[in-house]
Amino acid sequence: MKEIDLATTKVHELNALLHKVNGASAERVWRVLNPRGRHAIAPGLNAPLELTIEGHVGYYCGGMNKEATVIITGNAGSGVGENIMSGLIRVKGNASQYAGASGHGGMLVIEGDAAARCGISMKGVDIVVGGDVGHMSAFMAQAGSLVVCGDAGHHLGDSIYEAQLYVRGNVDSLGADCIEKEMRPEHVAALGALLQKAGIEAQAKDFRRYGSARKLYNFHIDHADHY
Amino acid sequence: MTEHAKEIPEAQPEAYSEWLAHRPSYTFPKNVLAEIYRAADKGLYEIRGFGAKRRIPTFDDLLFLGASMSRYPLEGYRERCDTGVVIGTRFAKKPVELKVPITFAGMSFGALGTHAKEALGQAATALGTTTTTGDGGMTDEERRSSKTLVYQVLPSRYGLNPDDLRRCDAIEVVVGQGAKPGGGGMLLGQKINARVAGMRTLPEGIDQRSACRHPDWTGPDDLEIKINELREITDWEKPIYIKIGATRVKYDVQLAVKAGADAIVLDGMQGGTAATQDVFIEHVGIPTLPAVRIAVEALKEMDMHRKVQLIVSGGIRSGADVAKALALGADACSIGMAALIALGCNKPVYLEDYHKLGTEPGSCHHCHTGRCPVGVTTQIPEYEERLHPEQGARWLRNYVMTMVLELQTMARACGKNHVHNLEPEDMVALTIEAAAMAGVPLAGTEWVPGRTGG
Repeated sequence: MKEIDLATTKVHELNALLHKVNGASAERVWRVLNPRGRHAIAPGLNAPLELTIEGHVGYYCGGMNKEATVIITGNAGSGVGENIMSGLIRVKGNASQYAGASGHGGMLVIEGDAAARCGISMKGVDIVVGGDVGHMSAFMAQAGSLVVCGDAGHHLGDSIYEAQLYVRGNVDSLGADCIEKEMRPEHVAALGALLQKAGIEAQAKDFRRYGSARKLYNFHIDHADHY
Repeated sequence: MTEHAKEIPEAQPEAYSEWLAHRPSYTFPKNVLAEIYRAADKGLYEIRGFGAKRRIPTFDDLLFLGASMSRYPLEGYRERCDTGVVIGTRFAKKPVELKVPITFAGMSFGALGTHAKEALGQAATALGTTTTTGDGGMTDEERRSSKTLVYQVLPSRYGLNPDDLRRCDAIEVVVGQGAKPGGGGMLLGQKINARVAGMRTLPEGIDQRSACRHPDWTGPDDLEIKINELREITDWEKPIYIKIGATRVKYDVQLAVKAGADAIVLDGMQGGTAATQDVFIEHVGIPTLPAVRIAVEALKEMDMHRKVQLIVSGGIRSGADVAKALALGADACSIGMAALIALGCNKPVYLEDYHKLGTEPGSCHHCHTGRCPVGVTTQIPEYEERLHPEQGARWLRNYVMTMVLELQTMARACGKNHVHNLEPEDMVALTIEAAAMAGVPLAGTEWVPGRTGG
């Protein structure tokens, strides 16, 4: 295991080292100490690394991740795992706004709560939140799944495309063109698999499903008041 | 009455009463009437391509003062007049070197077909300049055909991929666009075929409205952190541009500098679009002419002129336009619509297909329909075949080289051995409006409205 202490190493030095990891002989297991809320820790990883960050991180930790597993033991600032492509990012604490924004694939697990706009513009990532999510979560969500074990704030799934939303608790309100949908056996199975992969204890049958009413896909004047 | 008075011929009332009867309303001319009928019929604003069609002050309203007794010109064709520009000298380890100060603006695969994108890439490579991706991501074809490619990071983040960030040569964070500052892109269902839909992770055939705000930052302080992340992902190698639509230019330019831009792309209201509401194209944003002057002043105020490069777009059509933008202090210009016109946009061929769209060559703005008669803004194979990438690249090279020769002609006439040595003092304005906007005197006077004695 390779250990980097951000009290003595600069973030861009750490990132440059991580970006060089590609060969089979390279060190795969990394531990980062003293992140102290610094921004842009470990974005753009491009190899099956296992990286544990001991503490709190600032904005865009693990942004655009490919293949790597990143574990943040503390809280994460804005945009954790933004545009994630593959791999896994796990936040043991809470996450600030835009968690997993525009993520294309892989999985983002937030064991605590996520703030506003969680999963905004998501394009295929699976996001599992152990607690609550803030308002405007899954705004313009295109593909992938957002699983919320707690409650969801106002305007969930506003202008949603084809993403799947599962919420166990209360939803303050649904956004434009987002409706509750039937939880069929295939959805229970898919959700169960996501929860298991995320390592979150919850029963899939306790969740409700939300998705697109598809009324705004082609503009029609009679739907103008929904915009 | 005298005999003489009787000889004056009398106009017949019928002859002029018709004029009165047919007097058009200035408030409601026929194009306004037509728009009201159309709106009443469809219940939807007009969406169209192209750029602003209204008359606004432009670079045409400026003139160069060639050298004569008090200035010394350079010999055309003999004495060097350099055109090279380096973009990204502030932070990037690998700045972009342009042989000519004219680049191709961001235009999406989706709005354009693959042949048009390939033609742009091939031409840019041959010219020693850059071309730019657009909403929808980077295609392999355009990466292959372009030696130096600028990769846009847009609010929609369609197809945004770290591999493409790593294989591009510069990154352009798009905050706004001159045709629609404050608005997102539109691609109507008829243009969302399977490949375009796949690249954007969207269902086929839906009306696609791109986001107008970035999903993971709000405001300049966040953007500074976002740009830092992009630099970290690409190990500080690539220049990062910020593209803005011209509105509150002074503040936006200064905030872009603060946010860490290597270069600023400033798009005036004449800038084109493949599909936007007509009301947006015609009524939002300021013309390129004043925008350049304000941006240069803003950069100078921060001692950042020539340190953060300024690339100007929006209605650039000729070497004279480029020369005037450069004289006002721009580092380079970018063309979008003019490049498409060089590729055949609005050319009088395939007339029957223009007629099917209900338009004529010369006034076509039907990019949004995806049925471009000349194969530029279309995904339909039958139409796309009409544009051969190699032929298109040849047209573009000829056109841009003509602009460069014109630019050098102007610069040499003003006695400059590099096009960047052109300066506002080399110009005067033809109209009071242009004088005020460009900050140069009205021809034949010392008067700069708003600056020298009112």
